[in-house]
Amino acid sequence: MLTALALGLALLGLLAVVALVPAGRRAGLVVLAGSALLSAGFALLAAGALAFGLPEGVLVLPFGPAWGAMSLALDGLSAWFLLLLGLVGLSASLFALGGPGRGLVAWPLFLGGMGLALLAADGFTLLLGFELMSLASWALVALDHREAGNREAARLYLVFAALAGTCLVPAFGLLGALDFAAIRAAPPEGWRAVAVLALGLIGAGAKAGLVPLHLWLPLAHPAAPSPASALMSGVMTKVALYVLARLLLDLCGPVQPGWWGVPLLAAGAASALLGALRANLEEDAKVALACSTIENVGLVTMALGLALLFRGADLGPMAALAAGAALLHAMAHGLFKALLFLVAGAVQHAAGSRRLDRLGGLIHAMPRTALAALVGIGAAAALPPLSGFASEWLLLQALLGGWRLGEIGLQVVAAAALALAAMAVALAAAAMLRLFGLAFLGRPRSPRGAGAREANRFELAGMAVPAVLTLLIGLFPGLALALAAPGIRVLVGPAAMPPVVGLAIGAGEGHSAYAPLVVLLLLGLVLVTLWLVVRRRSPALAERGPAWNGGFIDPPPEFVFGDPLSQPSAAGMAQPLRRMLGGSLLAGREAVTMPPPGDTRPARLEAGFEDRAALALPTPAARLRDAIADQVERLRGLTLRGSLSLGFATLVGLLALLAWLEAR
Amino acid sequence: MVVLGAVLTQMLHVALMLAAAPLAVGLIRWLKARMTGRRGASPLQPFRDLAKLCAKRPLLAENASVVSEVAPYLALAATVVAASLVPGFARGMAFAPAADLVLVAGLLAMARMALALNGMDAGTAFGGMGAAREMSFAVFAEPALLVSALSFAILAGSTNLDQIGAVLRDGALGLRVSLGFAAVAMGAVALAENARVPVDNPATHLELTMVHEAMLLEASGRHLALWEYQAALKLTLWLALIAAVFLPFGAAPAGSGPLAWLVGLVAWGAKMGGLCLALAVFEGAIAKMRVFRVPEFLGAALLLALLAAALLFVSTGFA
Repeated sequence: MLTALALGLALLGLLAVVALVPAGRRAGLVVLAGSALLSAGFALLAAGALAFGLPEGVLVLPFGPAWGAMSLALDGLSAWFLLLLGLVGLSASLFALGGPGRGLVAWPLFLGGMGLALLAADGFTLLLGFELMSLASWALVALDHREAGNREAARLYLVFAALAGTCLVPAFGLLGALDFAAIRAAPPEGWRAVAVLALGLIGAGAKAGLVPLHLWLPLAHPAAPSPASALMSGVMTKVALYVLARLLLDLCGPVQPGWWGVPLLAAGAASALLGALRANLEEDAKVALACSTIENVGLVTMALGLALLFRGADLGPMAALAAGAALLHAMAHGLFKALLFLVAGAVQHAAGSRRLDRLGGLIHAMPRTALAALVGIGAAAALPPLSGFASEWLLLQALLGGWRLGEIGLQVVAAAALALAAMAVALAAAAMLRLFGLAFLGRPRSPRGAGAREANRFELAGMAVPAVLTLLIGLFPGLALALAAPGIRVLVGPAAMPPVVGLAIGAGEGHSAYAPLVVLLLLGLVLVTLWLVVRRRSPALAERGPAWNGGFIDPPPEFVFGDPLSQPSAAGMAQPLRRMLGGSLLAGREAVTMPPPGDTRPARLEAGFEDRAALALPTPAARLRDAIADQVERLRGLTLRGSLSLGFATLVGLLALLAWLEAR
Repeated sequence: MVVLGAVLTQMLHVALMLAAAPLAVGLIRWLKARMTGRRGASPLQPFRDLAKLCAKRPLLAENASVVSEVAPYLALAATVVAASLVPGFARGMAFAPAADLVLVAGLLAMARMALALNGMDAGTAFGGMGAAREMSFAVFAEPALLVSALSFAILAGSTNLDQIGAVLRDGALGLRVSLGFAAVAMGAVALAENARVPVDNPATHLELTMVHEAMLLEASGRHLALWEYQAALKLTLWLALIAAVFLPFGAAPAGSGPLAWLVGLVAWGAKMGGLCLALAVFEGAIAKMRVFRVPEFLGAALLLALLAAALLFVSTGFA
């Protein structure tokens, strides 16, 4: 099986080469259809391995760096994330088949890089795949480089990708070995372990978009074409979380103390809150979705932190619950966020814009897309019986069990995290309502939006795959968790049992359980009964008339779309939360400029917000960059003798380092 | 026998909740009217209103979509399922294993989402404003509710409402300050969730002050009947929830016979009536607050809930 997976990676590389051949439309068909097939193959193999037994051992590749061959392996954790990669890769490739087919070289490389990072069995291979993923996705972000905003996004993205790399390379270097099995046998201790925690959290966190390193994400994810955005938000952030989990929970092993969970919990809670809040304020559909990705990445990180805390306190079932929440939410979010990005792409194709203030009423023109969107926003808003509710139910149950940690400090931390997680979930619901309501409900807000048509076959197929999976995971979370069980064991120990009760999920022996099938059955029963009862009493069909709108008079006939100012706008929908929370958290502001009486200029209301990280982080970073550049510039002024002695000194220094390393 | 009893009590409970919903609303209106010196309509008036509305065909806005036609059914169905999960006059009803507080919150969130979508469907200004405000209130209500649930989870070891009620009743926990704080927090959340004074005014006729009603401005006929009934059922659900958790006395234990049920029914009726009276007195005594004061109100509830949990941390730490 490992050979088949390695072959799949090689084929993806071959597809990238095929894409280089200028063959027009057919090349796009071959590359994208091949990517879809290979993704489906990855998903099938990963699901098969999770269900029927994982392949033993390590596949050592016949090539690699000077100090050892590269190696691949598939364990529970990597198989779970590979399953996500396969499913999202399939739907995004299908969707891309319906479009113009651009970025064809980067597309299979992006998929292959993620696959390589997931399958790696040593640090070098993992970092190679990780960097390939970063570089390929950068190419996709920079695809529309004619727009200045996209160029800026791509540049910032590259900076943060470099930051992630510069932190992850030493983090893996400090582990003492490259081979994962060797690291597990001798996990790092003392200051080295703490350094791995800090570097790993910064490195993987920068790639996953954890606050305060999230700055690039709302810029870069929307800049890429929609299928690429779906892959980036759905899978790439999860690969970063996989690296985080692999590094901190698996490789550093159970010897580490429980407080390791606290920084993860804190960073996760901050991301969840800030991301969900920003998702409510953004006026571009894809930017809002990217912000919601920050929120969900935060939720998964919180669950991972909780798993560390519970594992450190020897609370096995609770640790399994938290780890199950992390894995299930990673899968659920990967699917529903990919779905929503694909919907945003379909909307952009059909209505010509992704600005919420130019959309509206699309449910009439695009009923199927609207249905898929409804599934996506329902899962993102954590509504039963969809997948988001199942995973967030597990997370909330794990947080509600935080008091078992015993130590009062940790208990208070867990209670605060519970409050923030609950707030983030409610904020996400508000954001999703705003997104769907503005784009799909109401009246069109622009002539282009009024002429929208339903998405094409490929696009619909691409959206149908994640929508159906979102429903299925929501209805059978127990089965999904049973598949995730090997992954849970990797995270919290070989004795862990997934929090499963038959087809349902449960928070442990004697605790609450959640059975979505029962809920769906009850809902269906009540719905049918209601429908029959009400129909009997009032069988007539509904009549149509002009909207009542609180008695607002009809607009003049030349206003084809009605009075444009009488519909809620994106900024208007954001107003309550901007005033309630945005002022303190996002430096939100509202200013009314009222001209003096007698002046005929209109009054203006200006509202906006600024991410504090955007203000606080890059300015010192830019100053540091300038200082370093100044110092380096001085090298250019060196005389020939100076340059020669610098080179000589470097050589001697390196030799001395080598001698010292040999002597140890 | 136990199974039969569980199914019977469950069916009786659902029927009672469904019947009590309009009655509770009518009773509160009548009590408020009496306290403000008016005669007030009969407590049975909501039944007549609902029957009248239900027979009428709805008038939809021209650009309203299928959302307007489906949302009322979905919201009411979610609320009915949630109401069937909340414990009533007896313990150990058929759905008791599924009666999870987080699930009830999720079902209510589903109803809220359907309501907000309905508000945005016609593309009118007030609908959108109401939807945005309703979702914003939930942002503050949800954490307060879940942190209150944390107190129960510590005491009962679970978020299952049936278990919480049983533990709080039989566990000889006595009067605890922490439970008092949690009760105040839950009460504040209930006021916000049900659009009652001081968060919203259920009797308002001024669109600018509306939150809940603003989303229903375009609803008419049987749709309006469904929405009104959903609101009434949600209010009853919250009253029953508070009664089940904080006033668990008198409820028939699991597996008991008809005599205990009768006692439980009387106790449940008395508790619900008492809560209606308390709500009417509270609403009569207090004024509606500005929309942007609501976060402070619910934030205070969240702080109280956190304080309750912290007190429990300290007390269980010493125990």
